[in-house]
Amino acid sequence: MTKRSNEPFLWSLFSAGGVLSAMLAPVHVALFALAIPLGWVESPTQERLLGLLRHPAARIYLFLLCTLSLFHWAHRFRFTLYDGLQIKHLNEIIFAFCYGGALVGAITAGYLLWNVS
Amino acid sequence: MSGAGAYREYHPKWYRRPVSTYWWLTRWPYLRFILREITSVFVAFFVILTLLQIQALRQGEAAWTALVEWLRQPLVVAANLVTLSFLLFHTITFFNLAPRAMVVRLGGRKLPDVLIAGSNYGAWLVASGLVVWLVLGD
Amino acid sequence: MGGSTVPQTITLEVARYRPEQESEPSFDRFEVPFRDDWVVLDALNYIKDRQDGTLSYRWSCRMGVCGSCGMMVNGEPTLTCATFLSQYASSSAPVRVEPLSNFPVIRDLVIEMSDFMEKLKSVKAWILRDREKPVSEGEYLQTPEQLDGYKQYSMCINCMLCYAACPVYGLDPLFTGPAAIALAQRYNMDSRDEGSGERMDILSRDDGIWACTFVGECSEVCPKNVDPAGAIQRYKLSATLDWFGSILAPWSGR
Repeated sequence: MTKRSNEPFLWSLFSAGGVLSAMLAPVHVALFALAIPLGWVESPTQERLLGLLRHPAARIYLFLLCTLSLFHWAHRFRFTLYDGLQIKHLNEIIFAFCYGGALVGAITAGYLLWNVS
Repeated sequence: MSGAGAYREYHPKWYRRPVSTYWWLTRWPYLRFILREITSVFVAFFVILTLLQIQALRQGEAAWTALVEWLRQPLVVAANLVTLSFLLFHTITFFNLAPRAMVVRLGGRKLPDVLIAGSNYGAWLVASGLVVWLVLGD
Repeated sequence: MGGSTVPQTITLEVARYRPEQESEPSFDRFEVPFRDDWVVLDALNYIKDRQDGTLSYRWSCRMGVCGSCGMMVNGEPTLTCATFLSQYASSSAPVRVEPLSNFPVIRDLVIEMSDFMEKLKSVKAWILRDREKPVSEGEYLQTPEQLDGYKQYSMCINCMLCYAACPVYGLDPLFTGPAAIALAQRYNMDSRDEGSGERMDILSRDDGIWACTFVGECSEVCPKNVDPAGAIQRYKLSATLDWFGSILAPWSGR
Protein backbone atom coordinates (compact mmCIF):
# COMPACT_ATOMS: atom_id res chain seq x y z
CA MET A 1 0.00 0.00 0.00
CA THR A 2 1.53 3.27 -1.06
CA LYS A 3 1.91 5.91 1.59
CA ARG A 4 -0.69 8.65 1.44
CA SER A 5 0.56 12.19 1.28
CA ASN A 6 0.88 14.30 4.42
CA GLU A 7 -0.37 17.25 2.44
CA PRO A 8 -3.75 17.09 4.29
CA PHE A 9 -2.09 18.48 7.41
CA LEU A 10 -0.68 21.47 5.54
CA TRP A 11 -3.99 21.98 3.79
CA SER A 12 -5.86 22.07 7.10
CA LEU A 13 -3.45 24.75 8.37
CA PHE A 14 -4.10 26.66 5.14
CA SER A 15 -7.86 26.35 5.61
CA ALA A 16 -7.85 27.32 9.28
CA GLY A 17 -5.57 30.27 8.56
CA GLY A 18 -7.74 31.21 5.62
CA VAL A 19 -10.90 31.31 7.74
CA LEU A 20 -9.27 33.28 10.56
CA SER A 21 -7.61 35.79 8.27
CA ALA A 22 -10.80 36.16 6.21
CA MET A 23 -12.83 36.85 9.33
CA LEU A 24 -10.42 39.07 11.23
CA ALA A 25 -7.64 40.55 9.11
CA PRO A 26 -9.83 43.21 7.45
CA VAL A 27 -11.11 44.64 10.74
CA HIS A 28 -7.63 44.63 12.27
CA VAL A 29 -6.13 46.52 9.33
CA ALA A 30 -9.12 48.86 8.99
CA LEU A 31 -9.01 49.66 12.70
CA PHE A 32 -5.31 49.72 13.58
CA ALA A 33 -3.73 50.77 10.30
CA LEU A 34 -6.34 53.25 9.12
CA ALA A 35 -9.13 54.31 11.49
CA ILE A 36 -6.99 54.87 14.58
CA PRO A 37 -3.87 56.50 13.05
CA LEU A 38 -6.00 58.71 10.79
CA GLY A 39 -8.29 59.70 13.64
CA TRP A 40 -11.54 58.37 12.17
CA VAL A 41 -12.34 56.95 15.60
CA GLU A 42 -11.33 58.08 19.08
CA SER A 43 -7.98 56.46 19.62
CA PRO A 44 -7.76 54.07 22.57
CA THR A 45 -4.83 54.83 24.84
CA GLN A 46 -1.69 52.75 24.84
CA GLU A 47 -2.51 51.90 28.45
CA ARG A 48 -5.88 50.50 27.51
CA LEU A 49 -4.48 48.44 24.63
CA LEU A 50 -1.67 47.09 26.79
CA GLY A 51 -4.27 46.16 29.39
CA LEU A 52 -6.20 44.24 26.74
CA LEU A 53 -3.01 42.62 25.55
CA ARG A 54 -2.08 41.36 29.01
CA HIS A 55 -5.22 39.27 29.13
CA PRO A 56 -4.29 35.61 28.41
CA ALA A 57 -7.31 35.21 26.12
CA ALA A 58 -6.11 38.13 23.98
CA ARG A 59 -2.62 36.69 23.72
CA ILE A 60 -3.87 33.23 22.77
CA TYR A 61 -6.19 34.83 20.22
CA LEU A 62 -3.37 36.87 18.68
CA PHE A 63 -0.99 33.92 18.68
CA LEU A 64 -3.48 31.69 16.86
CA LEU A 65 -4.48 34.45 14.47
CA CYS A 66 -0.89 35.28 13.54
CA THR A 67 0.42 31.73 13.37
CA LEU A 68 -2.40 30.25 11.33
CA SER A 69 -2.49 33.26 9.00
CA LEU A 70 1.22 32.81 8.37
CA PHE A 71 0.76 29.14 7.53
CA HIS A 72 -2.09 30.13 5.24
CA TRP A 73 0.36 32.44 3.44
CA ALA A 74 3.05 29.74 3.39
CA HIS A 75 0.84 27.12 1.71
CA ARG A 76 -0.77 29.44 -0.80
CA PHE A 77 2.47 31.20 -1.69
CA ARG A 78 4.23 27.87 -2.18
CA PHE A 79 1.70 26.88 -4.87
CA THR A 80 1.77 30.38 -6.38
CA LEU A 81 5.52 29.97 -6.84
CA TYR A 82 5.03 26.50 -8.37
CA ASP A 83 2.37 27.55 -10.86
CA GLY A 84 2.92 31.27 -11.26
CA LEU A 85 6.66 31.29 -11.71
CA GLN A 86 6.99 27.66 -12.78
CA ILE A 87 9.84 26.99 -10.41
CA LYS A 88 8.51 23.73 -9.08
CA HIS A 89 11.92 22.16 -9.60
CA LEU A 90 13.14 24.33 -6.71
CA ASN A 91 10.50 22.83 -4.48
CA GLU A 92 12.75 21.99 -1.55
CA ILE A 93 13.94 25.59 -1.33
CA ILE A 94 10.40 26.89 -1.74
CA PHE A 95 9.09 24.52 0.92
CA ALA A 96 11.78 25.59 3.37
CA PHE A 97 11.30 29.29 2.62
CA CYS A 98 7.53 29.20 3.01
CA TYR A 99 6.97 26.93 5.98
CA GLY A 100 10.28 27.91 7.54
CA GLY A 101 9.28 31.54 7.25
CA ALA A 102 5.92 30.83 8.81
CA LEU A 103 7.61 28.97 11.63
CA VAL A 104 9.96 31.90 12.28
CA GLY A 105 6.95 34.20 12.41
CA ALA A 106 5.13 31.87 14.76
CA ILE A 107 8.11 31.69 17.09
CA THR A 108 8.42 35.49 17.00
CA ALA A 109 4.74 35.86 17.84
CA GLY A 110 5.08 33.35 20.65
CA TYR A 111 8.10 35.16 22.04
CA LEU A 112 6.43 38.58 21.89
CA LEU A 113 3.19 37.37 23.42
CA TRP A 114 4.67 35.15 26.10
CA ASN A 115 5.87 37.92 28.31
CA VAL A 116 3.73 41.01 28.31
CA SER A 117 4.50 42.95 31.47
CA MET B 1 14.68 12.89 -33.49
CA SER B 2 15.17 16.32 -35.02
CA GLY B 3 14.78 18.23 -38.26
CA ALA B 4 11.71 19.22 -40.23
CA GLY B 5 8.91 16.77 -39.55
CA ALA B 6 11.20 13.95 -38.38
CA TYR B 7 8.42 11.89 -39.78
CA ARG B 8 8.50 8.15 -39.79
CA GLU B 9 5.74 6.59 -41.81
CA TYR B 10 2.71 5.86 -39.58
CA HIS B 11 4.52 7.43 -36.60
CA PRO B 12 3.83 11.18 -36.73
CA LYS B 13 5.85 13.34 -34.38
CA TRP B 14 3.49 14.87 -31.85
CA TYR B 15 3.77 18.60 -31.30
CA ARG B 16 3.90 19.68 -27.67
CA ARG B 17 2.86 23.29 -27.28
CA PRO B 18 4.96 25.09 -24.65
CA VAL B 19 3.16 26.80 -21.77
CA SER B 20 4.16 30.44 -21.46
CA THR B 21 5.49 31.79 -18.15
CA TYR B 22 2.76 34.41 -18.59
CA TRP B 23 -0.05 31.88 -19.00
CA TRP B 24 -1.92 33.73 -16.25
CA LEU B 25 -2.16 36.87 -18.41
CA THR B 26 -3.78 35.09 -21.34
CA ARG B 27 -7.29 34.90 -19.86
CA TRP B 28 -9.06 37.11 -17.32
CA PRO B 29 -10.18 34.15 -15.11
CA TYR B 30 -6.52 33.14 -14.79
CA LEU B 31 -5.47 36.66 -13.79
CA ARG B 32 -8.30 36.82 -11.27
CA PHE B 33 -7.05 33.51 -9.85
CA ILE B 34 -3.50 34.81 -9.47
CA LEU B 35 -4.78 37.99 -7.78
CA ARG B 36 -6.71 35.80 -5.39
CA GLU B 37 -3.57 33.83 -4.59
CA ILE B 38 -1.54 37.00 -4.15
CA THR B 39 -3.86 38.00 -1.30
CA SER B 40 -1.84 35.59 0.83
CA VAL B 41 1.09 38.02 0.67
CA PHE B 42 -1.14 40.73 2.13
CA VAL B 43 -2.25 38.33 4.84
CA ALA B 44 1.44 37.99 5.71
CA PHE B 45 1.74 41.81 5.76
CA PHE B 46 -1.18 41.96 8.18
CA VAL B 47 0.63 39.54 10.50
CA ILE B 48 3.81 41.61 10.34
CA LEU B 49 1.78 44.73 11.13
CA THR B 50 0.19 43.01 14.11
CA LEU B 51 3.56 41.83 15.42
CA LEU B 52 4.91 45.38 15.10
CA GLN B 53 1.95 46.63 17.10
CA ILE B 54 2.45 44.05 19.83
CA GLN B 55 6.14 44.91 20.05
CA ALA B 56 5.38 48.65 20.24
CA LEU B 57 2.78 48.15 22.97
CA ARG B 58 5.28 46.11 25.01
CA GLN B 59 7.92 48.76 24.68
CA GLY B 60 5.75 51.53 26.07
CA GLU B 61 4.05 54.81 25.27
CA ALA B 62 6.83 56.29 23.17
CA ALA B 63 7.15 53.27 20.92
CA TRP B 64 3.40 53.07 20.40
CA THR B 65 3.13 56.75 19.54
CA ALA B 66 6.01 56.38 17.10
CA LEU B 67 4.27 53.46 15.41
CA VAL B 68 1.01 55.38 15.07
CA GLU B 69 2.98 58.30 13.63
CA TRP B 70 4.61 56.00 11.12
CA LEU B 71 1.21 54.61 10.15
CA ARG B 72 0.07 58.13 9.32
CA GLN B 73 2.70 58.59 6.58
CA PRO B 74 0.91 58.90 3.21
CA LEU B 75 2.88 56.11 1.61
CA VAL B 76 2.12 53.78 4.52
CA VAL B 77 -1.55 54.72 4.41
CA ALA B 78 -1.63 53.99 0.68
CA ALA B 79 0.08 50.64 1.23
CA ASN B 80 -2.42 49.74 3.93
CA LEU B 81 -5.35 50.74 1.74
CA VAL B 82 -4.04 48.35 -0.90
CA THR B 83 -3.55 45.73 1.79
CA LEU B 84 -7.11 46.18 3.02
CA SER B 85 -8.47 45.83 -0.54
CA PHE B 86 -6.62 42.58 -1.07
CA LEU B 87 -7.70 41.30 2.35
CA LEU B 88 -11.33 42.04 1.48
CA PHE B 89 -10.84 40.23 -1.83
CA HIS B 90 -9.49 37.27 0.14
CA THR B 91 -12.50 37.33 2.48
CA ILE B 92 -15.03 37.47 -0.32
CA THR B 93 -13.41 34.79 -2.49
CA PHE B 94 -12.78 32.50 0.48
CA PHE B 95 -16.37 32.70 1.73
CA ASN B 96 -17.81 32.27 -1.75
CA LEU B 97 -15.68 29.21 -2.48
CA ALA B 98 -15.90 27.50 0.93
CA PRO B 99 -19.36 26.00 0.26
CA ARG B 100 -17.94 24.07 -2.70
CA ALA B 101 -15.88 21.98 -0.27
CA MET B 102 -18.72 21.18 2.06
CA VAL B 103 -22.01 19.66 1.08
CA VAL B 104 -24.30 19.97 4.06
CA ARG B 105 -27.38 17.84 3.84
CA LEU B 106 -30.33 18.62 6.02
CA GLY B 107 -33.36 16.37 5.87
CA GLY B 108 -32.20 14.77 2.63
CA ARG B 109 -31.73 18.04 0.78
CA LYS B 110 -28.49 19.81 0.07
CA LEU B 111 -28.27 23.22 1.75
CA PRO B 112 -27.91 25.91 -0.92
CA ASP B 113 -24.43 27.41 -1.30
CA VAL B 114 -25.75 30.89 -0.61
CA LEU B 115 -26.84 29.84 2.88
CA ILE B 116 -23.39 28.55 3.81
CA ALA B 117 -21.67 31.57 2.32
CA GLY B 118 -24.24 33.79 4.06
CA SER B 119 -23.51 32.30 7.44
CA ASN B 120 -19.81 32.99 6.85
CA TYR B 121 -20.55 36.63 6.11
CA GLY B 122 -22.75 36.79 9.20
CA ALA B 123 -19.97 35.38 11.36
CA TRP B 124 -17.59 37.89 9.77
CA LEU B 125 -19.79 40.80 10.79
CA VAL B 126 -20.17 39.49 14.31
CA ALA B 127 -16.43 38.84 14.71
CA SER B 128 -15.51 42.26 13.31
CA GLY B 129 -18.05 43.98 15.52
CA LEU B 130 -16.70 42.17 18.56
CA VAL B 131 -13.13 43.29 17.84
CA VAL B 132 -14.19 46.90 17.37
CA TRP B 133 -16.23 46.84 20.57
CA LEU B 134 -13.41 45.29 22.59
CA VAL B 135 -10.73 47.66 21.29
CA LEU B 136 -12.63 50.92 21.30
CA GLY B 137 -14.76 50.24 24.34
CA ASP B 138 -18.06 52.02 24.68
CA MET C 1 -32.44 50.62 -41.83
CA GLY C 2 -29.33 51.10 -39.73
CA GLY C 3 -27.29 48.59 -37.78
CA SER C 4 -25.06 45.75 -38.94
CA THR C 5 -26.17 43.55 -41.76
CA VAL C 6 -25.93 39.80 -41.42
CA PRO C 7 -22.64 38.69 -42.98
CA GLN C 8 -22.75 36.34 -45.97
CA THR C 9 -19.53 34.61 -45.02
CA ILE C 10 -17.33 34.25 -41.98
CA THR C 11 -13.60 33.59 -41.84
CA LEU C 12 -12.06 30.80 -39.81
CA GLU C 13 -8.38 30.68 -38.92
CA VAL C 14 -7.72 27.00 -38.39
CA ALA C 15 -4.58 25.52 -36.86
CA ARG C 16 -2.82 23.02 -39.09
CA TYR C 17 -0.02 20.65 -38.28
CA ARG C 18 1.30 18.30 -40.92
CA PRO C 19 4.13 16.38 -39.28
CA GLU C 20 5.22 14.87 -42.59
CA GLN C 21 5.88 18.36 -43.96
CA GLU C 22 6.55 20.69 -41.07
CA SER C 23 8.00 20.66 -37.58
CA GLU C 24 5.63 23.30 -36.20
CA PRO C 25 1.95 24.11 -36.49
CA SER C 26 0.68 26.86 -38.79
CA PHE C 27 -2.67 28.50 -39.57
CA ASP C 28 -4.86 28.31 -42.68
CA ARG C 29 -7.69 30.73 -43.39
CA PHE C 30 -10.99 29.60 -44.79
CA GLU C 31 -14.05 31.57 -45.74
CA VAL C 32 -17.27 29.68 -45.12
CA PRO C 33 -20.92 30.63 -45.56
CA PHE C 34 -22.47 32.23 -42.53
CA ARG C 35 -25.69 30.54 -41.46
CA ASP C 36 -27.12 31.57 -38.14
CA ASP C 37 -27.97 27.98 -37.28
CA TRP C 38 -24.45 26.73 -37.99
CA VAL C 39 -22.02 25.76 -35.32
CA VAL C 40 -18.23 25.74 -35.63
CA LEU C 41 -18.36 22.02 -36.39
CA ASP C 42 -20.62 22.72 -39.39
CA ALA C 43 -18.03 25.19 -40.64
CA LEU C 44 -15.25 22.62 -40.24
CA ASN C 45 -17.32 20.01 -42.07
CA TYR C 46 -17.95 22.52 -44.86
CA ILE C 47 -14.22 23.18 -45.15
CA LYS C 48 -13.44 19.48 -45.26
CA ASP C 49 -16.20 18.79 -47.80
CA ARG C 50 -15.60 21.68 -50.15
CA GLN C 51 -12.26 23.37 -49.55
CA ASP C 52 -9.60 21.18 -47.98
CA GLY C 53 -10.26 17.50 -47.55
CA THR C 54 -7.02 17.03 -45.65
CA LEU C 55 -8.28 18.93 -42.59
CA SER C 56 -8.31 16.45 -39.70
CA TYR C 57 -10.46 16.69 -36.58
CA ARG C 58 -12.62 14.53 -34.34
CA TRP C 59 -16.39 14.67 -34.06
CA SER C 60 -19.26 12.24 -33.72
CA CYS C 61 -22.70 12.85 -32.28
CA ARG C 62 -22.80 16.57 -33.20
CA MET C 63 -25.18 17.15 -30.29
CA GLY C 64 -23.01 17.57 -27.21
CA VAL C 65 -23.14 14.10 -25.67
CA CYS C 66 -20.16 12.20 -27.02
CA GLY C 67 -17.35 14.55 -26.04
CA SER C 68 -15.36 14.08 -29.25
CA CYS C 69 -15.34 17.56 -30.76
CA GLY C 70 -13.61 19.56 -28.03
CA MET C 71 -11.33 22.29 -29.42
CA MET C 72 -10.11 25.80 -28.58
CA VAL C 73 -12.28 28.45 -30.24
CA ASN C 74 -10.84 31.96 -29.77
CA GLY C 75 -8.81 30.65 -26.86
CA GLU C 76 -11.71 29.04 -25.01
CA PRO C 77 -12.09 25.28 -24.67
CA THR C 78 -15.47 24.39 -26.07
CA LEU C 79 -17.46 21.71 -27.89
CA THR C 80 -17.48 22.80 -31.52
CA CYS C 81 -20.88 21.18 -32.03
CA ALA C 82 -22.34 23.47 -29.37
CA THR C 83 -20.67 26.76 -30.34
CA PHE C 84 -22.64 28.86 -32.78
CA LEU C 85 -20.94 30.91 -35.51
CA SER C 86 -23.42 33.69 -34.78
CA GLN C 87 -21.58 34.30 -31.52
CA TYR C 88 -18.64 35.61 -33.59
CA ALA C 89 -20.56 37.37 -36.36
CA SER C 90 -20.29 40.80 -34.78
CA SER C 91 -16.50 40.80 -34.89
CA SER C 92 -14.59 41.14 -38.13
CA ALA C 93 -11.70 39.12 -36.75
CA PRO C 94 -11.50 35.55 -37.97
CA VAL C 95 -12.64 32.78 -35.64
CA ARG C 96 -9.53 31.00 -34.43
CA VAL C 97 -9.88 27.23 -34.10
CA GLU C 98 -7.04 25.34 -32.42
CA PRO C 99 -6.58 21.89 -30.96
CA LEU C 100 -7.45 21.39 -27.29
CA SER C 101 -4.73 22.91 -25.07
CA ASN C 102 -2.40 20.94 -22.83
CA PHE C 103 -2.38 17.84 -25.03
CA PRO C 104 0.18 16.92 -27.70
CA VAL C 105 -1.02 17.53 -31.25
CA ILE C 106 -0.94 14.56 -33.60
CA ARG C 107 -2.23 16.38 -36.68
CA ASP C 108 -4.23 19.55 -37.36
CA LEU C 109 -6.92 19.62 -34.65
CA VAL C 110 -6.43 16.07 -33.41
CA ILE C 111 -4.82 15.67 -29.99
CA GLU C 112 -3.20 12.69 -28.36
CA MET C 113 -5.45 11.70 -25.48
CA SER C 114 -3.98 8.49 -24.10
CA ASP C 115 -2.75 10.32 -20.98
CA PHE C 116 -6.37 10.97 -20.06
CA MET C 117 -7.30 7.35 -20.69
CA GLU C 118 -4.44 6.24 -18.44
CA LYS C 119 -5.62 8.61 -15.70
CA LEU C 120 -9.12 7.11 -15.87
CA LYS C 121 -7.66 3.67 -15.42
CA SER C 122 -5.38 4.80 -12.61
CA VAL C 123 -8.26 6.15 -10.50
CA LYS C 124 -10.22 2.91 -11.05
CA ALA C 125 -13.27 4.62 -12.48
CA TRP C 126 -15.56 1.62 -12.11
CA ILE C 127 -17.52 -0.14 -9.35
CA LEU C 128 -15.14 -1.85 -6.94
CA ARG C 129 -16.60 -4.54 -4.72
CA ASP C 130 -15.13 -7.29 -2.57
CA ARG C 131 -17.78 -9.62 -3.88
CA GLU C 132 -19.97 -9.29 -6.94
CA LYS C 133 -23.55 -10.28 -6.29
CA PRO C 134 -24.54 -13.14 -8.60
CA VAL C 135 -27.54 -12.49 -10.80
CA SER C 136 -29.58 -14.95 -8.75
CA GLU C 137 -29.34 -12.62 -5.74
CA GLY C 138 -31.12 -9.90 -7.65
CA GLU C 139 -30.37 -6.28 -8.48
CA TYR C 140 -28.49 -3.71 -6.43
CA LEU C 141 -31.20 -1.44 -5.05
CA GLN C 142 -30.58 2.29 -4.93
CA THR C 143 -32.90 5.03 -3.69
CA PRO C 144 -33.28 8.33 -5.59
CA GLU C 145 -31.43 9.99 -2.71
CA GLN C 146 -28.49 7.64 -3.10
CA LEU C 147 -28.48 8.38 -6.82
CA ASP C 148 -28.44 12.10 -6.06
CA GLY C 149 -25.24 11.60 -4.14
CA TYR C 150 -23.24 10.96 -7.31
CA LYS C 151 -25.46 11.73 -10.28
CA GLN C 152 -23.87 15.08 -11.09
CA TYR C 153 -20.44 13.46 -11.46
CA SER C 154 -21.85 10.71 -13.68
CA MET C 155 -22.75 13.29 -16.35
CA CYS C 156 -19.12 13.57 -17.48
CA ILE C 157 -18.75 12.91 -21.22
CA ASN C 158 -14.96 12.70 -21.13
CA CYS C 159 -14.60 15.68 -23.46
CA MET C 160 -11.41 16.88 -21.69
CA LEU C 161 -12.32 20.57 -21.91
CA CYS C 162 -11.52 20.72 -18.19
CA TYR C 163 -7.98 19.50 -18.85
CA ALA C 164 -7.57 22.18 -21.50
CA ALA C 165 -8.73 24.82 -19.03
CA CYS C 166 -6.64 23.64 -16.10
CA PRO C 167 -3.35 25.56 -15.77
CA VAL C 168 -2.03 23.04 -13.25
CA TYR C 169 -2.40 20.23 -15.79
CA GLY C 170 -0.84 22.44 -18.44
CA LEU C 171 2.20 22.96 -16.24
CA ASP C 172 2.39 19.42 -14.86
CA PRO C 173 0.97 16.58 -16.97
CA LEU C 174 1.43 14.22 -14.03
CA PHE C 175 -1.57 15.87 -12.33
CA THR C 176 -4.50 13.46 -12.25
CA GLY C 177 -6.78 16.20 -13.47
CA PRO C 178 -10.37 17.35 -13.00
CA ALA C 179 -12.40 14.76 -14.91
CA ALA C 180 -10.54 11.75 -13.54
CA ILE C 181 -11.00 12.95 -9.97
CA ALA C 182 -14.67 13.79 -10.54
CA LEU C 183 -15.19 10.32 -11.99
CA ALA C 184 -13.39 8.75 -9.04
CA GLN C 185 -15.81 10.65 -6.81
CA ARG C 186 -18.71 9.39 -8.93
CA TYR C 187 -17.79 5.88 -7.90
CA ASN C 188 -16.76 6.74 -4.34
CA MET C 189 -20.23 8.12 -3.75
CA ASP C 190 -22.08 5.32 -5.50
CA SER C 191 -23.78 3.21 -2.82
CA ARG C 192 -22.88 0.04 -4.74
CA ASP C 193 -19.16 0.81 -4.59
CA GLU C 194 -16.78 -0.35 -1.87
CA GLY C 195 -13.56 1.09 -3.27
CA SER C 196 -13.22 4.53 -1.66
CA GLY C 197 -10.34 3.45 0.55
CA GLU C 198 -8.44 2.08 -2.42
CA ARG C 199 -9.04 5.26 -4.40
CA MET C 200 -7.98 7.42 -1.47
CA ASP C 201 -4.52 5.84 -1.62
CA ILE C 202 -4.33 6.65 -5.31
CA LEU C 203 -5.70 10.18 -5.15
CA SER C 204 -4.43 11.62 -1.88
CA ARG C 205 -1.01 12.17 -3.43
CA ASP C 206 1.03 15.21 -4.37
CA ASP C 207 0.14 14.88 -8.05
CA GLY C 208 -3.35 13.69 -7.23
CA ILE C 209 -5.83 16.00 -5.56
CA TRP C 210 -3.11 17.97 -3.76
CA ALA C 211 -1.74 19.53 -6.92
CA CYS C 212 -5.08 21.29 -7.45
CA THR C 213 -5.17 24.95 -6.43
CA PHE C 214 -8.89 25.46 -7.07
CA VAL C 215 -8.50 27.73 -10.06
CA GLY C 216 -12.04 26.63 -10.86
CA GLU C 217 -11.87 27.02 -14.63
CA CYS C 218 -12.51 23.32 -15.14
CA SER C 219 -16.03 23.74 -13.76
CA GLU C 220 -16.58 26.92 -15.78
CA VAL C 221 -15.89 25.23 -19.12
CA CYS C 222 -17.61 21.93 -18.38
CA PRO C 223 -20.51 21.51 -20.84
CA LYS C 224 -22.33 19.14 -18.50
CA ASN C 225 -22.12 21.05 -15.19
CA VAL C 226 -20.21 18.24 -13.55
CA ASP C 227 -18.37 20.74 -11.31
CA PRO C 228 -15.08 18.84 -11.06
CA ALA C 229 -13.59 21.68 -9.00
CA GLY C 230 -16.25 21.09 -6.35
CA ALA C 231 -15.61 17.35 -6.49
CA ILE C 232 -11.91 17.92 -5.86
CA GLN C 233 -12.45 20.32 -2.96
CA ARG C 234 -14.87 17.89 -1.34
CA TYR C 235 -12.34 15.16 -1.80
CA LYS C 236 -9.64 17.31 -0.14
CA LEU C 237 -11.93 17.69 2.84
CA SER C 238 -12.67 13.96 3.12
CA ALA C 239 -9.00 13.06 2.60
CA THR C 240 -8.09 15.51 5.37
CA LEU C 241 -10.70 14.13 7.77
CA ASP C 242 -9.45 10.67 6.88
CA TRP C 243 -5.85 11.71 7.52
CA PHE C 244 -6.69 13.12 10.96
CA GLY C 245 -8.70 10.00 11.65
CA SER C 246 -5.72 7.79 10.85
CA ILE C 247 -3.50 9.86 13.16
CA LEU C 248 -5.92 10.07 16.07
CA ALA C 249 -7.37 6.58 15.73
CA PRO C 250 -4.76 4.50 13.91
CA TRP C 251 -6.37 1.27 14.96
CA SER C 252 -9.44 1.81 12.79
CA GLY C 253 -7.92 -0.05 9.86
CA ARG C 254 -7.01 2.56 7.21
